[in-house]
Amino acid sequence: MSVVEISGVSKTFSGGTIALQGIDLTIEPGEFVSLIGPSGCGKSTLLRIMGDLIEPSAGAVVVNGKPARRARIDRDYGIVFQDPVLYDWRTVAKNIALPLELARWDRKKRTARIAEMLDLVELNGFADHHPWQLSGGMQQRVSIARALSFDPALLLMDEPFGALDEMTRERLNNQLLEIWTRSGSTVVFVTHSIAEAVFLSTRVVVMSPRPGRISAVLPIDLPQPRTAATREEPRFFELVTKVRDALHLGADIDKQPEILSPTEARL
Amino acid sequence: MVVLGSLWGLWEGYRWLWNHEGWTWPFVVDNTTMPHVHDIFAALGRPAQTGGPPLGSLLWHSALFTAKEAAVGFALGAVVGFALGVLLAHSKLAQRGLLPYVVASQTVPILAIAPIVVIYLGTLQVTAWVSVAVIAAYLTFFPVTISTLRGLTSADRRALELMRSYATSPWQVLWKLRVPSALPYIFTALKVSATASVVGAIIGEAPSSIQNGLGGEIVVFNQYYTLDPTKLWATNVVAALLGIIFFLVIVAAEKLVVRRAPENIA
Repeated sequence: MSVVEISGVSKTFSGGTIALQGIDLTIEPGEFVSLIGPSGCGKSTLLRIMGDLIEPSAGAVVVNGKPARRARIDRDYGIVFQDPVLYDWRTVAKNIALPLELARWDRKKRTARIAEMLDLVELNGFADHHPWQLSGGMQQRVSIARALSFDPALLLMDEPFGALDEMTRERLNNQLLEIWTRSGSTVVFVTHSIAEAVFLSTRVVVMSPRPGRISAVLPIDLPQPRTAATREEPRFFELVTKVRDALHLGADIDKQPEILSPTEARL
Repeated sequence: MVVLGSLWGLWEGYRWLWNHEGWTWPFVVDNTTMPHVHDIFAALGRPAQTGGPPLGSLLWHSALFTAKEAAVGFALGAVVGFALGVLLAHSKLAQRGLLPYVVASQTVPILAIAPIVVIYLGTLQVTAWVSVAVIAAYLTFFPVTISTLRGLTSADRRALELMRSYATSPWQVLWKLRVPSALPYIFTALKVSATASVVGAIIGEAPSSIQNGLGGEIVVFNQYYTLDPTKLWATNVVAALLGIIFFLVIVAAEKLVVRRAPENIA
């Protein structure tokens, strides 16, 4: 059974802006799928529709064989935003435990899981710190631990490393792949960094704007496990070029001159 | 200490300058209008009436009595104010329908309301000091309501989205997200209310002819002001101290309860 099945999804915002048009996409268990595209291509909107945070104007989203709404109520997915969105009145441990409290896990189970999660994101020893005492990268790791704490089948990530510096971002990319391998969950990852998308994904979905649609789906055949050395391989650069070409092509249809966001321009 | 010393210096300096120069504007300065600071404090040690206990001891008991009224009134007002804030935050209809009346309630002078409350509750066989507590609560609840309303709606939009992703019930959103987000706002209001509740209790005592509190003392010493102004001044000092203590208790409670990032502490 597919984890996500999107068929014929469109979204028109109340102002009349067509954010998404005719989206079809199926995601299988264990996949790591990146949605990439310039600003305004509707990639975040698509992610929010998968998570039933907003509703599509047309079409259907099925998550784990259920309508997206049902899947949300069953807590089938964890979500990580660009900002960590940690509760500053809670310690790191309590932030990770938030979804567990809401799901009414008992204290013993919670404590065990918090320890496991701190280990997973390598934040042992920071359990009793408050979020403002951590660096941006550490905060984002807490946010990932929180999203994975209740074993969701699907992890939705909306530009989670977008606000971090390049060094931190690459380190967290490596860590995220380890976490993904160990947790076995399916990941949908929104980004506008080509290198990040290629390095992380098993499949890259290229989107283009006005109206937001899928312009290409590229399988990424880099061998697993991927390490820092993967970024040096010729195949990595070939795939980066392929994704970039697909982005340009998608943009050319629209004859839009501003296609490179600052992150992509740096590559 | 420095501030207290400067206040003392300003007071005595003003006295001395106006006496020395014989200025009469804005008012004549003499022992009646501005008694010596040391005379005011000395008054605390002298008996208030011949053969009676010293004024300090009298005021101590009065202050305890007023503190009881103010504390009960404050607690009542805080609870009612918070509940009202929660109601208003959750219903636009309630906000439109009730908020104008909540605001209007505060424009009515407390001096006009106090006797009505005392007489009305008196007919219901309610002890007089409880009526005074109700008056104190009346002054307390308003800042709490307004700040709770503002605080509850201050919760981060993305934090609310996160709660939605966890399929959280409105009740859980209230207690796990909205109330913690609102706490700095609520405590700011509680600090205002804490001192207001003392004022409310003192004002409430006057029309209810309660003699055991600071309000009663103020009414009495007011009548004898020209004979001995230091007694009224001493009572004012004690009343101010009581208000400050109430304020400090809330500040201490805030330190214990509110754990927020430095930039989020109001």
